[in-house]
Amino acid sequence: MNTPIIITEHISKVYKIDTVETVAVSDVSFTVNKGEFVAIMGPSGSGKSTLMHILGALDQPTGGKYILDGKNVESLSEDDLADIRNKKIGFVFQAFNLLPRTTTLKNVMLPMAYAGIPKERRVNLAKKYLEMVGLGDRLNHTTNQISGGQQQRVAIARAISLDPAIILADEPTGNIASAQAEEIMNIFKEINDKGHTIIVITHEPDIASHAKRIITMRDGKIVNDVKNGKHINFVHTHKK
Amino acid sequence: MEIKEIFLESIGSLTLNKLRTGLAMLGIVIGIGSVISLISLGQATQASISSRIESLGSNLLTINPGSSNQSGVRGASGSQTNLTLEDAIAISTAPEITTIKNVSPEFARRTQIITSSSNTNTQVIGASPAYSEVHKVEIATGNFISPSDVESLNKVAVLGPQVVIDLFGEGTEPIGQTIRISGKTFTIIGTTASKGGSGFGNQDDIVYVPISTAQKQLFGVNYLSSIALEAKSADLMTTAQNEVGYFLLNRHKLSDPTEADFSIFSQQDILNTASATTSTFTTLLSGVAAISLLVGGIGIMNIMLVTVTERIREIGLRKALGAKKKTIITQFLSEAVILTFTGGIIGVFLGVLASYAISVAMGSLFVISPASILLAFVVSVAIGIVFGWYPAKKASDLQPIEALRYE
Repeated sequence: MNTPIIITEHISKVYKIDTVETVAVSDVSFTVNKGEFVAIMGPSGSGKSTLMHILGALDQPTGGKYILDGKNVESLSEDDLADIRNKKIGFVFQAFNLLPRTTTLKNVMLPMAYAGIPKERRVNLAKKYLEMVGLGDRLNHTTNQISGGQQQRVAIARAISLDPAIILADEPTGNIASAQAEEIMNIFKEINDKGHTIIVITHEPDIASHAKRIITMRDGKIVNDVKNGKHINFVHTHKK
Repeated sequence: MEIKEIFLESIGSLTLNKLRTGLAMLGIVIGIGSVISLISLGQATQASISSRIESLGSNLLTINPGSSNQSGVRGASGSQTNLTLEDAIAISTAPEITTIKNVSPEFARRTQIITSSSNTNTQVIGASPAYSEVHKVEIATGNFISPSDVESLNKVAVLGPQVVIDLFGEGTEPIGQTIRISGKTFTIIGTTASKGGSGFGNQDDIVYVPISTAQKQLFGVNYLSSIALEAKSADLMTTAQNEVGYFLLNRHKLSDPTEADFSIFSQQDILNTASATTSTFTTLLSGVAAISLLVGGIGIMNIMLVTVTERIREIGLRKALGAKKKTIITQFLSEAVILTFTGGIIGVFLGVLASYAISVAMGSLFVISPASILLAFVVSVAIGIVFGWYPAKKASDLQPIEALRYE
C-alpha cells in the first residue's frame, strides 16, 4: 500500500513583519503514504506547528508545492480550502476546540453539517463514532460536563466523522493527564489500524514512540526521518 | 448547512446570553414601538379632525361675501354686504343650477342672551329650515325653525345644548320658556343634539332664530354673512362650485371671475388643508422615532461586533472544520436579523398597546394601519441586515489560523 497521500516539495514559509523576515519552515520535502502513522517531533520553534498548519490547509506555504490526495493545494480559493479541510482532513487540537455548552453529539455532527449530510444520517454516524471512542453514554453531555480526556475523544470522533484521508493531531495529549494520554494514543492506533493516515505533532518522545515513522524537525528543517527504526530520508544540512 | 439549521443554531447562541440579547433588542423595540404609536397617533388625529369637519355638513360649499373696497381701503374678507337673501333664493330656484340640493342662507353674530335669572354671550345664527339639513344639525327635543317661522318673522329660538346648560342648568327642559336677545323676547321651541368637540366654534354653543327675524328684528340688516350649500353628491362639488360661481357673477353683473365680490369654499379645501397639516406632524414625529430606530440599529451592530470578537476561536474552529465564508456570514447575519425581527415583533405589540392606551386616554380614535405594521417588520429585518452585515463580514474574513491562535 504505497499510495502517496501527502507530497511536499521544497515547502517553505516565511513570515514578514515589517522588514524582518522570519523563516518558520524552510525547504521541506517528504512524502506520506496512505495508512501511515507519522509523528512530527521537534522542540518549540522548530516549525512543526507551521508545517502542520500548511498540511492542514489552514495556511498556505510561501514557497514550494503541496499535493494533498492528488490535488495541488496551491492557488485554491478560500472556499475550496474550506472544502478540503472539511472532507480530506480531520483535526485534533491541543486545546480540544469543541463548541462550548454544546452536546458531544452536536460537536461531532458539526463537520458533517458543513458537508451537507442529512440530519438523520449525521445523528447516526455521530453516535457510531462516539461509541467507537467509548463515549456512547455521554451523547447528551455538554462539553463542560466531561473531563479533558473525554473531550479529546469527542474531538477524535469529530475528526474521523467524515472519513478523511488524513487525521492531523497537534499535541493531542498536551492538555491531559498521562494515564488518559495513553488511552488517546491507543485510539489513534486503532483508527490507524482501520487504514486512516495519522500525523501527530508532539514534542514528547513517549507519544511519538506510538508512531511507525518519526520525522524530527529543527529550525524549520527536517533533520531526521526514521521509519520502523530505519532512516529513510536522512536530511542533514551542515550549512550555517 | 441548511438555512433552517443555521437559524436554530443562531437562536441557541442568542439565548446563551439573555440579558445582552434583551438589551440589544430593546433599542429596536423602542424604535419600532414609537414609530407604530406615533404613526397611529397621527392617523387618529387626522381621522378625528376629518370627522369633525365632516360633522359640519357633508358635501358642503360655503359662499362668503368678499372684502369691502371703499376708496381703495380694503376691508376684512366677508365684510362686504352684497350677499343677500335674494341671492340664496335665486340659487335655490334657478333652473340652470342642477347640482345643489339645499341652500341655507345664514346671518351670524355674537350677542348677549338674557333670561330672568342668568345670561350668556353666544353665537346667534339666523337660519332657514334648510340649515339643519345642510349642517347635519339634529334636534334633541321640540322642533327646528319651520318655513312658517321664517315667513311670519316669528320670535322663536332653538338652543344648542351648551346654551341650555349655561342659561338653565343641566338636565332642565327649556321648551316653552323665553329668552331675551337684544331686548326682544323669544320663545324656545327646540334644542339641538350635542355634536361634541370644540374647534371652528363650538357647535353646541349656538342659538338659532329664523333668518328673517334675525335680519329685520334683531340686527336690522339686509345682507347675509354666508350662504351654505349642499351639493347633491361628493363628485359634483367642483361642478357645483363653478355653476354657483358663474351664476352669482352674472347676478352681481360681473364678467371677470377675478372681480368676484364673493368667494366659495368647499369643505374639501378645509379637509385638505387640515390633513396636510396633520400629515406634516405625523411625518415629523415618525422622523424622530426613526432616529431612535437608527440608534437601535447601531446598538445591534455594536453587540454583534463584540460577539464576533468574543467568538473568534469558535469562528476559527468552524472554518477549520469546513465552514465556508457564506456559512459564517449567514450565521452571524441571521443572529442579527433574529435580534431585530424579534425586537420588531415586540415593538409592534407594545406600539399597538401604547396607541390603544393613548386613544383611551385622549378619547380619540384607535387607528392602526396594517401598512405601518408591515413596514415595521420590513424595517426591522432591514436593520438587522444592514447593521449585521459588517460584523458578519468581519467574522467570515477571519483567517482560520489567526482565529484558532487567538487568545
